[in-house]
Amino acid sequence: MMARSGPVLAVLGILLAVWYLAAVGMNAQWERDQAARAGTKVTWAEILPQTMAQARPVVPAPHQVAVALWDGLTAQAVTSKRSLVYHGYITLQATLVGFALGIVMGVALAVGIVQSRAMDLSVMPWAIISQTIPIVALAPMIVVVSGSIGIEGRLIPKGVISAYLSFFPVLVSMVKGLRSPDAMQVDQMATWSASAAQVFWKLRLPASMPYFFASLKVAIAASLVGAIVGELPTGAVEGLGARMLIGSQFGQPLIMWAALFAAALLAGVLILLVGQVERLARARMGVPA
Amino acid sequence: MKDTTHIADPVIEARGLNLTFATDDGPVHALKDVSLTIEKGDFVSFIGPSGCGKTTFLRCVAALEHPTGGTLTVNGMTADEARLKRAYGFVFQAAGLYPWRTIAGNIRLPLEIMGFSRAEQDARVDRVLDLVELGGFGRKYPWQLSGGMQQRASIARALAFDADILLMDEPFGALDEIVRDRLNEELLGLWARTGKTIGFVTHSIPEAVYLSTKIVVMSPRPGRITDVIDSPLPRDRPLEIRDSQAFIEIAHRVREGLRAGHGDGI
Repeated sequence: MMARSGPVLAVLGILLAVWYLAAVGMNAQWERDQAARAGTKVTWAEILPQTMAQARPVVPAPHQVAVALWDGLTAQAVTSKRSLVYHGYITLQATLVGFALGIVMGVALAVGIVQSRAMDLSVMPWAIISQTIPIVALAPMIVVVSGSIGIEGRLIPKGVISAYLSFFPVLVSMVKGLRSPDAMQVDQMATWSASAAQVFWKLRLPASMPYFFASLKVAIAASLVGAIVGELPTGAVEGLGARMLIGSQFGQPLIMWAALFAAALLAGVLILLVGQVERLARARMGVPA
Repeated sequence: MKDTTHIADPVIEARGLNLTFATDDGPVHALKDVSLTIEKGDFVSFIGPSGCGKTTFLRCVAALEHPTGGTLTVNGMTADEARLKRAYGFVFQAAGLYPWRTIAGNIRLPLEIMGFSRAEQDARVDRVLDLVELGGFGRKYPWQLSGGMQQRASIARALAFDADILLMDEPFGALDEIVRDRLNEELLGLWARTGKTIGFVTHSIPEAVYLSTKIVVMSPRPGRITDVIDSPLPRDRPLEIRDSQAFIEIAHRVREGLRAGHGDGI
C-alpha cells in the first residue's frame, strides 16, 4: 500500500508546495500596493500570512480552495443554488446524456465503417475533421439551434455538445477493436462458412471489448468537459461551468476554483466507476485478474 | 474411356492446378501444374521450403484460395461446395482460441455457427475433448493451458463437426520438440481411431516421415510437386520406428527431393 501511494503522495506534496509558493508570489503585489496606498511599509513576515487569506486572490491558496469546496458541498441544502452538489448534479446529467449518446454514435459509426467500405472512405475523414473545430465556437450554435427548433431547457443541447466530444475516442477505438482479429481468425471463420453477421457477433465484437472499455475512460472525461463547455459561453445559470463563469465574471475566484475542483472530483469519481465496470466486464470475459 | 482399375476412393483430386498471384513485382506462380490424388484414410504430408506452395495448396482445398487454372474436387464437389457441406476441419499454426471463451466454449464455436442444438453441442464438446485427452479442461480458459494443450483444443474444435477431412497447416510448428513428438504420437492415434483423411503441412522431415502414408515433396518458384513418396511403413507406428532402416531411407529420399527442387542455386 505504502509502496504504491508513496510516489503519488510525494508528487502531491510537490504540487502543493509549488502552489503555495505561487499563491504567495502572485498575491504579494496586491499587499504591497495596499501598503503603498496607505503609506506604510510592510515586511515579508506580514505579507506572508495575508497572501494566503485574501478574499479575491489572484491565486488562492490550497486551503482556501479546500474550504470553499467544502462549504460549497456542505454548507447549504443540496437543492440550493449555492450548492456545488446541485450544480454538479446539473452537469452530471448532461455528462451522462452526452456519454450515452457518444457511445451509441461512436459504436454505430465504427460498425458502419468496419462493415462497409463506402462508409470507411466517407465517414472517417469527416469524423476527424469534426474534432478540429473548436467546441467553444460550436457550443453556442448548438444551443441556439436546439432552442430555435423548440427543444426546452439546456440538457439536450449540452448532451449533444458532450456527445460531440465523447463519440470520437469511442469511434477510433472501436474501429481498431473491430479490426483487431487477424487474418488467421477471419480465415478460420471462413472455414466454417460463417456469415458476415456471425463473424461480427462472435469474433469482431467480443474482440473489440478491451478497446471499447479503454475508450470509455477517455469518453467519460471528454463528456464532462463537453458538458462544462456547454455551460460556459451560452448564458447558462446552472451547472459547474456556469458556476466557474460566475466566479470569473463577478470577481469571486474562490467560487471559480471551488467549481473547478468539484469538476475534477466528479471526473475522478466517473473514471473510477467506468474502471469498475471495465473490471467486471473483463472478469466475465475470462481475463486473469 | 474411364479408368475402372482405380478402385480406391479419391477424396481430394487436383489436376493441373495453377494459382498465380498478381503482385507489384509481376505475377507470382504459387502453384504450377499440381496434380495429386488423396484417397480416403490417407495421411498426406506436404513438405518443402517456404514459398513452395504447400500451404497454398491446402488453402485451395479449403476454398480459402481459388486456383486460377486446373480442376480441384473435394469429396467429388468443388472446394466451395465441399466447405459448405462441412467436408473439412482446418487447424492453423496458431491455436487461435478466443481468450474470452472457455475451452469448451471455443470448441462449441463452430457448432454454434453451424446451428447444432445446445444438447448436441454439449455432447460433441465432451466427446472431442476426450478424443484429444483434454477431458475435464472444458471450463478452463485458454491462458490456463500450455501451448501444446491449446493446440490439442484447436484440433478438437476442428473435429467437433465430424468432417471427414482434417487439414493441418504446420499445427505443431510453434511447439518445442518434446511436445511435438508427443502430439505426433497422439495424432497418429487419433487418425487410427477416427479414420479421417489428413492433409498435413510441415517443414520437418522426421515429422513428415513419421506421420504420413504419402509424402508430397514440393519446391518453390514456381510452387510445384517434385516427388510423391508412398510410405512403406505400417500404419501402427511407435516412436521407435524413427530409428529403423526403412524410416531412414524414406527420410533420405525426402531430403534428396528437397535438394533437387532447389536446383543449382542453393
